[in-house]
Amino acid sequence: MEATIPVLILAMPLLMFLFLGLFGKFLSPRVSGIIGTAGMGVVLLMCYYTAYVYFFSGSPEFINAEGNRLQAIICNVDWLQFTDNLIIRLGFLLDPISAMMLVVISTISFMVHLYSNGYMRDHHGVYERGFQRFYAFLALFSFSMLGLVVATNIFQMYIFWELVGASSYLLIGFYFTKPSAVAASKKAFIVTRFADLGFLIGILVLSYYTGTFNFTDMTSVPVAGMNDVYAVSAETATGVFNIFQSKAAAGFMGCSVMTWALVLIFMGGMGKSAMMPLHIWLPDAMEGPTPVSALIHAATMVVAGVYLVARLFPLFLVNAEFGGYALDVVTWVGAITAAYAAMVACTQLDIKRVLAFSTISQIAFMMVSLGVSREEFHNLGYMASMFHLFTHAMFKALLFLGAGALIHAVGSNDYTDMHGLRKHMPITHITFLIGCLSIAGIIPFSGFFSKDEILSSCFGNSIFAYVWMSAVAALTAFYMFRLYFLIFWWKEHKVHEGHHAPKDQPWTMTLPLIILAVVATLCGLIPFGNYVTWDGHPYDFMAHFNWTIAGISLAVAVIAILVAARMYKTENPLPAKMRQAMPRLWDWCRNRFYFDELYMFITHKIIFDKICRPIAWFDRHIIDGTMDGLATITNKASYAIRGLQSGNTQNYVWVYLIGALALGGVTVAVIFLFC
Amino acid sequence: MNFEFEWNSIMFLIPSLFMFCCGVYGFLTRRNMIAILISLELMLNAVDMNFVVFNRFLYPGQLDGMFFTLFAIAIAAAETAIAIAIIINAFRISRDIDVKDLSKMKF
Repeated sequence: MEATIPVLILAMPLLMFLFLGLFGKFLSPRVSGIIGTAGMGVVLLMCYYTAYVYFFSGSPEFINAEGNRLQAIICNVDWLQFTDNLIIRLGFLLDPISAMMLVVISTISFMVHLYSNGYMRDHHGVYERGFQRFYAFLALFSFSMLGLVVATNIFQMYIFWELVGASSYLLIGFYFTKPSAVAASKKAFIVTRFADLGFLIGILVLSYYTGTFNFTDMTSVPVAGMNDVYAVSAETATGVFNIFQSKAAAGFMGCSVMTWALVLIFMGGMGKSAMMPLHIWLPDAMEGPTPVSALIHAATMVVAGVYLVARLFPLFLVNAEFGGYALDVVTWVGAITAAYAAMVACTQLDIKRVLAFSTISQIAFMMVSLGVSREEFHNLGYMASMFHLFTHAMFKALLFLGAGALIHAVGSNDYTDMHGLRKHMPITHITFLIGCLSIAGIIPFSGFFSKDEILSSCFGNSIFAYVWMSAVAALTAFYMFRLYFLIFWWKEHKVHEGHHAPKDQPWTMTLPLIILAVVATLCGLIPFGNYVTWDGHPYDFMAHFNWTIAGISLAVAVIAILVAARMYKTENPLPAKMRQAMPRLWDWCRNRFYFDELYMFITHKIIFDKICRPIAWFDRHIIDGTMDGLATITNKASYAIRGLQSGNTQNYVWVYLIGALALGGVTVAVIFLFC
Repeated sequence: MNFEFEWNSIMFLIPSLFMFCCGVYGFLTRRNMIAILISLELMLNAVDMNFVVFNRFLYPGQLDGMFFTLFAIAIAAAETAIAIAIIINAFRISRDIDVKDLSKMKF
């Protein structure tokens, strides 16, 4: 494939960012919105074209004679050359998951660009302050995220990883006059940066032992008992092999180096994907504008952690084969996070918070799915995880954009201000309902298929994982329909005096909703296994479809929805009774299990008070004291001898003469004594 | 180094030493800047003489010392020009060339 279009995919959003960022203030908001949306539309077309060529062209570059999809490096430029071996390259890697991500990112990003034209104005059509800046940041984010998924090597991924973090920071703090938004943006940045520390150490460890940064070299595995993951020549297929051949004995604290490296890299993924205990930034990140939440904090950036694990999945799998714990860590973190986030989501008031916790829970589903994926079950989990990533991006973006439409119409994030909106906003109502049905896993909506794949792979791995994740899936259906019924039913909407009744939003906002609703309904029918599997070999999951598991999960979801309908469809005292029945649990869920307080305690009471203060004291008194002492001595000594500089030339000559004579005398004496 | 050579060289070095000491004395005791400049020239010439003497008696086949002296004379001329320019400017400012009165540059 020619490199022109792939390079343009990255260059377009970057140029748009520079153009809108530098010249945006000379443009009217309307024009810059149109430019931003049109530019993203071009990127969308180019991404679709690239994915189409990758999946359907049948070129030998992308698919071999046996029908396995290959990894193809479209271009690779040396960017920084430190030594002969340590070269950091920037390039464009096409393989099933990156091509799939190109589609996801460009679709959601375009929808969000379109939607923001309507969302970022008030009811009178006046644009938000900094509208051009908003589009510039959106373009920057799109650039970073596209660069992340097509990274050819782990260092490029790390660079773009930080760039998405930075653009997320900028967009969360878009309303920079609002203190809570500023605090949220800082929190997001610091927490993810902290996680990235682990990621960086993991990269260094991994690349030290494998001797390469390149994904293609790292993940090609000529180890006995394993398939050749991707067709790579023998001399480049050194990565994992090196770890096991030469450094097998190396270990630290009971785990092999490889386990440590992978767990540390996974820590980076935990930060970005808001896995417990590094999830605390994501609910606060909802302070950003809602389209940003849809794009960054639901569909694309937060799944970067899943993508990272998927990208390095062959390494994780080899690690598991050799008895390492890295995949178990992924599973456990995912399983605990999924349950935690689902429980918390049942009690939140702010609709965006509910959706945020739901996102955390769904990403945890993907993590679990990767974690339980094993060779014996054709690595169904890997495919399921990517499938769920795809469908989740669509329906969660839909839900967020629907929530944005509600917030825009009502002017509040709180669902207690919303009740009974179904008659006022029919389009939003229907699309939101489709999103809820999809996430709850009702046939034939997309979430049903992807969630069923995940549950099947859990079932294949262990019955415990299956039961656990099914329970979480039931909770998911419950809290989503709780939200749905509380927003659209419960009681009649009361319009306050002097306010307009809420109504459907302009076409720029409803069109993305409709498109995404259609996509969320239909994209579950894509034969995903034909396109994305861990080894590129097509896997027809419909042929292996387990109708028992599907039936059970469907029944569970329907029961959960019925329970939610019974409790929240009309105004009744049942929810309040339930809350009183288990006050302790309710309090804990409502306060997110006091994680923020725990973090405050650890950072303030322990780190600040017990560690930072003594260090600050040492700095002020010992280090600064030494420097101050030196300065004082110099100062005093200078005052003492300043009389020497009298301004009287002949005095200087006296001093000089005496000094010269003394020096001469000393020299002569030394010569006489020692020669 | 033979006896005859030492005597011959010392016959030249003694006047040079005398000139140098006169220069130092004049430099330290005179108040008039022109007189100080003259004392300075005296010291420089004493040094130049030493160069010539040592070159002549220690390395008779070479000319390094002679050339150095020529350079020193040339530079001394330039230096004198500068010194006189400074003195004239100092006189313009303070109507005085007494070195004791030019002591503004101090701590």
